[in-house]
Amino acid sequence: MTWLGVVSQLLDLAVALLLAPLLSGWINQWRAWLQNKSAPGLLQPYRTLHKLFNKESVIAENASPMFRGAPYIVFGCMALASAIIPTLSTDLPLSPVADAIALVGLFAVARVFISLAAMDVGTAFGTLGARREMLIGFLAEPALLMVLFSASLISKSTSLTTIVETLAHRDLAIYPSLALAGVAFTMVSLAENARVPVDNPATHLELTMIHEALILEYSGRHLALLEWAASLKLFAYSCIGLALFFPWGVAEAEAPLALLLALPALFVKLAIGGALLALLETLSAKMRIFRVPEFLATAFLLAVIGLLVNILLAG
Amino acid sequence: MAALLFVLAIPLLGSVVLALTGQRDSAREINVGFSLGTFVATCALTVEVISGGPLFAWNREFYIDPLNVFLVTLTAFVGLTTAIFSRPYMRIERDHGKMTPNRMRLYHSMYQLFSFTMLLALTTNNLGILWVAMEAATLTTVLLVSVYRTPASLEAAWKYFILCGVGIAQALFGTVLLYMAAEKVIGTEGGALLWTNLDAVRGQLDPTIITLAFAFLFIGYATKVGLVPMHNWLPDAHAEGPTPVSAVLSGLLLNVAVYALLRCKVLTDGALHNHLAGQLMIGFGLLSVVVAAFFLSRQKDVKRMFAYSSIEHMGLITFAFGMGGPIANYAGLLHMTVHSLIKSGIFFAVGHATQKAGTQVMEDIRGLIKVSPTVGWGMMLGSLAILGMPPFGVFASEFLILTTAMREQPWATPFLLLSLGVAFASVFSRVQPMVFGETSVKPLRHPPALLPVFVHLGLGLLLGLYIPPYLDAWYRQAARMIGG
Amino acid sequence: MTELVGQLINLLAAILLMLSFAMISQRRILSLIHLFTAQGAALVAATVLVGYATHQPHLYLSAGITLVLKVLLIPLLLHRVINRLDVRWDVETLINIPMTMIIGIALVIFAFNLALPIAKLSVSVVRGTLGIALACVLLSFMMMITRSKAVPQVIGFLSMENGLFFAATSATYGMPMVVELGIALDVLVGILILGVFMFHIREEFDSLDIRHLEKLKED
Repeated sequence: MTWLGVVSQLLDLAVALLLAPLLSGWINQWRAWLQNKSAPGLLQPYRTLHKLFNKESVIAENASPMFRGAPYIVFGCMALASAIIPTLSTDLPLSPVADAIALVGLFAVARVFISLAAMDVGTAFGTLGARREMLIGFLAEPALLMVLFSASLISKSTSLTTIVETLAHRDLAIYPSLALAGVAFTMVSLAENARVPVDNPATHLELTMIHEALILEYSGRHLALLEWAASLKLFAYSCIGLALFFPWGVAEAEAPLALLLALPALFVKLAIGGALLALLETLSAKMRIFRVPEFLATAFLLAVIGLLVNILLAG
Repeated sequence: MAALLFVLAIPLLGSVVLALTGQRDSAREINVGFSLGTFVATCALTVEVISGGPLFAWNREFYIDPLNVFLVTLTAFVGLTTAIFSRPYMRIERDHGKMTPNRMRLYHSMYQLFSFTMLLALTTNNLGILWVAMEAATLTTVLLVSVYRTPASLEAAWKYFILCGVGIAQALFGTVLLYMAAEKVIGTEGGALLWTNLDAVRGQLDPTIITLAFAFLFIGYATKVGLVPMHNWLPDAHAEGPTPVSAVLSGLLLNVAVYALLRCKVLTDGALHNHLAGQLMIGFGLLSVVVAAFFLSRQKDVKRMFAYSSIEHMGLITFAFGMGGPIANYAGLLHMTVHSLIKSGIFFAVGHATQKAGTQVMEDIRGLIKVSPTVGWGMMLGSLAILGMPPFGVFASEFLILTTAMREQPWATPFLLLSLGVAFASVFSRVQPMVFGETSVKPLRHPPALLPVFVHLGLGLLLGLYIPPYLDAWYRQAARMIGG
Repeated sequence: MTELVGQLINLLAAILLMLSFAMISQRRILSLIHLFTAQGAALVAATVLVGYATHQPHLYLSAGITLVLKVLLIPLLLHRVINRLDVRWDVETLINIPMTMIIGIALVIFAFNLALPIAKLSVSVVRGTLGIALACVLLSFMMMITRSKAVPQVIGFLSMENGLFFAATSATYGMPMVVELGIALDVLVGILILGVFMFHIREEFDSLDIRHLEKLKED
């Protein structure tokens, strides 16, 4: 563990924590523009977080300690996930802690706790949200795993940093399997982050909501943590996508200058990605909840075909 | 060379001419005229090949050898007699109001185009063109089957198109693979799809590719042959189209599909040095014979019944070629000839019978012998002939096939015998009341033109009693060429 | 450079396969036609690239035919047919879509298995794509079986033709010109006939549902 490694690790985490709400704000702004609405300020998510942190947290009488603890666990999971994804540098001392498979596990832990917490109070909406969240989860996780496997098959390793290093260092080569995996990953990310074809982050319409139903009972600092965790999750997914499919510009070990360059590169990539996400959300209509398994099954199959194509074309 | 040009040009020209004039009353005669021209040209071609041996034409793109020349003649002959038969048949259909002038034009034009595609498929040396011609034959017959525009005929035509389209697409994939194998030996220049070139290097073709290629080619062309389980289109298309179309479907199209299969089998046998192709053909052929025989007993529609009989006979032919060897091949070729003649003859008789009765349901057709003795006898004798009664030609070929099977594939013989027995019982028990049953229908005013029926039956009888030496020599040469 | 072109072709092959999958999971006829057009476009691009990589000018010509036929003419015809018949409804499938896709995966594995030993023997730069082409053919084949309406069946048929064409391009740099012209002609005539048929079927049955076409059955 070098001194530079510690710095890049801390920087990585700090950037994730600080930039995540900005990314959400950026996407919201683009969405509003594309839909001909006047946009909230770019910094609106920070203001919301600030407001929520200063508010009193109201908790149901029959809530168990689990209900109080869940936001911290979820936030912790997301923060750790962001820490091990090579956003700025591949020289991350924390990365041996968890590889690609464990990363999916981290997301799963967060999912389990938020679902348990939602059911804890015993309201109808919480249970409904939890059920839907689990439905999405059990289909999205294998798809995400398959996407990560496609990438690992190319780099012959499941360690995220190794994957990014191999992908960034190859000669200019096109992997058809990565194209398929890319489409699958986009579909999974939309589902996992409660974006439009699957869920609408801007609605509280009871019949359709998934993520909002889960956190309906939270308020104050707990809600702030969960909102922050949600933006962290979006940030983490975006960074996984960038790391797998557009890994250029990520700094490597023993390269302090590259670390300085990596930050603007990340900014540009996220800005473009966020705008594209907003465009995608504007163009598509929300699908019926019964169609979601089909959507995710398609993602899973595309990822599997990606794996198969990789084997075929390599052979 | 000139003869070959005429063989192909006459029907093509005919389809153009009839596309312009097909609605006229004289179109039926023009149709016969063009078919006659084609037949004369094929006779000239045959003479040329007999005297001069195998013939190449136009940059080796066309190739006539003993195997296809006899099929070319047969095709032109059945084409001619069917055209003669369809003359009165179509007049009556028009009088019944089933054929409008436009439909008449479509029918005649497509009839000639169909003859052209058949002859092109037979004479071409290029396996790609063979595929194109088979697909074009599908397209023309789809139009012919649907010519009445009734719901049932549309259904039959749609099913036919979709099933054969899918099937023939598999054959295209097989052709691509074959080309791929050939390209490695012959190179891209020099016609790697020409059958004669492929035949010359067949020992060097890569066995792995050829195995897969044959599997696809087999599925594709076997769909056209109507082998079980790809046979579903066949009874519908036969039953719902006009009867002359049923006659050419059974008499020509199925033969040409078998021919395509044979060409592929020769290459495969040469490349693989095993009996994979033969075993596939034995298996599917036998399955078709058995399944068709049992379906025969459940039919109510007379044209459907004879369509199933076609499946049965195609199965038998495929089985024979699957066994291979000079005798079985000889029997297969003979069976192709006599089946083609007799089955189209039966359809001519059936056509008149159904036209007279106004229905294709067998229970409603009775007493043909009283209505019209020629139709009745034609039907009776035709059925006996197709069921393999001596002295008709089918008996001779089935006898040869069965005796060879007893020696080569003894396990299959009981199935064959059982199926032939079942087929005999079911067809005969239905034809007998149709011909001899009681009826209240008045006899026909004018006797139908049944010359084609008796010409066909006569030829079938002749082939059972005596095979002319030159025909015998052809069969022997072709049988040797197919090998196996 | 050739290396890169080869990879691009592989990418296009993957896109073709993806589009085939999109087609079997698609319910709307209009989207099906769009997907089919996109598949044709991918095929044209792949053919041009193979032609460029292997210096086979006749592939440009066949790419041109494909462009005119599969990207412009046939989609236009299909659009006209569905406008005239007013059949932009959702397509019902005979088997539910997730099930179809699982069968689809099995077909892909089957196709890849068949093609692997053969791909090793091919001299073509894009030999690996033969398996993908075969998979496309089988997937379209399945689409024809599982759809109950006439238009999707026809699109399945055409998409199968796309797969076959791609197979010819990737395995052997295309068939001889005369054969390709013949195939193109057959496809064109076939689609015209099918188009006319759809009107007739509609007239006779008041619907384009193929399930009406089940009168002819064994008792």
